Amino acid sequence: MGELFVKERQIVVPGDVLATGMDYLPAGGAYRDKEDVRSSVLGILGINGRVLRVIPLKSHYKPRPGDMVIAKISEMTNSVWFAELDSFRDGVLSLREVPEYVGDGDDLSQYYNFGDHVLAKIINVGRTNVGLTLKGPGLRKLHGGRLITINAAKVPRVIGKQGSMIGTIKDKTGCRMIVGQNGLVWIQGAPQHELVAIEAIKLIDEKGHLQGLTEVVGEFIDKKMKNVKVADSEEKAHVPVEKVSEPEEEKPKKKAVGNKNKKTVTRGKKK
Amino acid sequence: MTTKKDTKRHDGRKANDLRPMEAKLGVVPNASGSAMFKIGKTIAVAAVRGPRKLHPKFLQDPERGKLRCFYNMVSFSGSGDRVRPGPSRRTKEINLVMENALAPTLNLDNYPGCGIDVYVNLIQTDAGTRCAAITAAAMALAEAGFEMKDMVAAVAAGSVNGQVVADLDKTEEDVEDAVDIPIAMMPNENKITLLQLDGKIKKEALKEAIELAKDACKQINEVQRKAIVEKYEVK
Repeated sequence: MGELFVKERQIVVPGDVLATGMDYLPAGGAYRDKEDVRSSVLGILGINGRVLRVIPLKSHYKPRPGDMVIAKISEMTNSVWFAELDSFRDGVLSLREVPEYVGDGDDLSQYYNFGDHVLAKIINVGRTNVGLTLKGPGLRKLHGGRLITINAAKVPRVIGKQGSMIGTIKDKTGCRMIVGQNGLVWIQGAPQHELVAIEAIKLIDEKGHLQGLTEVVGEFIDKKMKNVKVADSEEKAHVPVEKVSEPEEEKPKKKAVGNKNKKTVTRGKKK
Repeated sequence: MTTKKDTKRHDGRKANDLRPMEAKLGVVPNASGSAMFKIGKTIAVAAVRGPRKLHPKFLQDPERGKLRCFYNMVSFSGSGDRVRPGPSRRTKEINLVMENALAPTLNLDNYPGCGIDVYVNLIQTDAGTRCAAITAAAMALAEAGFEMKDMVAAVAAGSVNGQVVADLDKTEEDVEDAVDIPIAMMPNENKITLLQLDGKIKKEALKEAIELAKDACKQINEVQRKAIVEKYEVK
């Protein structure tokens, strides 16, 4: 019979023997070595019946088809743009994959220039390069706002379950936010509110391995927003604070969050 | 100084005793992973950068990533004269053996065309520096989020005045005819990834030294584990 050596949510180190025996199955972050199931990454253990999974504390973004990423245009030739994904591989954006009509012999920099950030979707992952597209709902060049980088392993935490975390931040700060799967986060709103949102995201990046973070972040933003209220116009800050005062109703809130996300996407579409 | 077999060592340790150890994770905030490992008076600080595009380009391997180690003794690290920092024949060798000791745990196929750079600075040295460097580097790689089969722990074993001992310090290393064998291993896999020996030693003594080092590596791995878990554990 198999034996389990670890507890749910325990921190495990590469090489740790999680369990022994064929009863237990390794999933992401774990591997089998003969009888033993071992961890292959520093992370938190998740046990789901017989399946042992290690959720990494830090990771490197690995491009996957279908991912929405925020990329920075870094190079261009006569027919393609190259974009940095903040990963170890570069993205390629070809003429066919942008919504604009690019004429023969046009200077590509008049459409997307060096240093521009774009919200793009990965269409294919080749051996050396990653194909990007800007054709699709919400995909576009990002104007204004602020960008911060977080670890790719923390992206799911920033979004939260069904967008709960990002919904909280959006609601309370009134900022528009886009989280790229590659760990880049774009925030746009009133300057003071942007700063609060950034601090909140940094908090998540730092303490993403703790439980019950959505509440902590919510309180954190409330506290910060109170200070902002003094500096900013009173009415602006009043609106989000009022929204907060009804945290009992869990489900409707989540739905509202979902709607809000959709709204953001359609807003982008119009542009 | 010990002269007879089975007597205590000059600092009062038994043959299989290690020097007191200390480890800490996340000492270099700007690096994606970093660690400090201290054993006796030897202190190693490791920082990991990458995976990132490898330059110059001719070093890139389109099939797999490349692990590069940069060992450096800082100028004030030695016990006497100023140590000349920077590359030398000795550091080149150590870089190579470190790469070979750490690479087996990493899955470099995941990072084609990339470089993973490990910088290790020795800020104080009292023998066993390459072992301390490997131990610190393994912790830093784990913190940086790399997929690793196992940790790597390293220690020197050898014979001093005919007595087989673990974790030699500078005084012991400088004894005439002392043999120093740096050994790195993956403690859970029970596999040795580094074994260097220059000098003369009897077959039995070598076997004994390796056994000593294996036990010592497991002790060191415990220190590594504790330091890593400590940083993230919820109090």
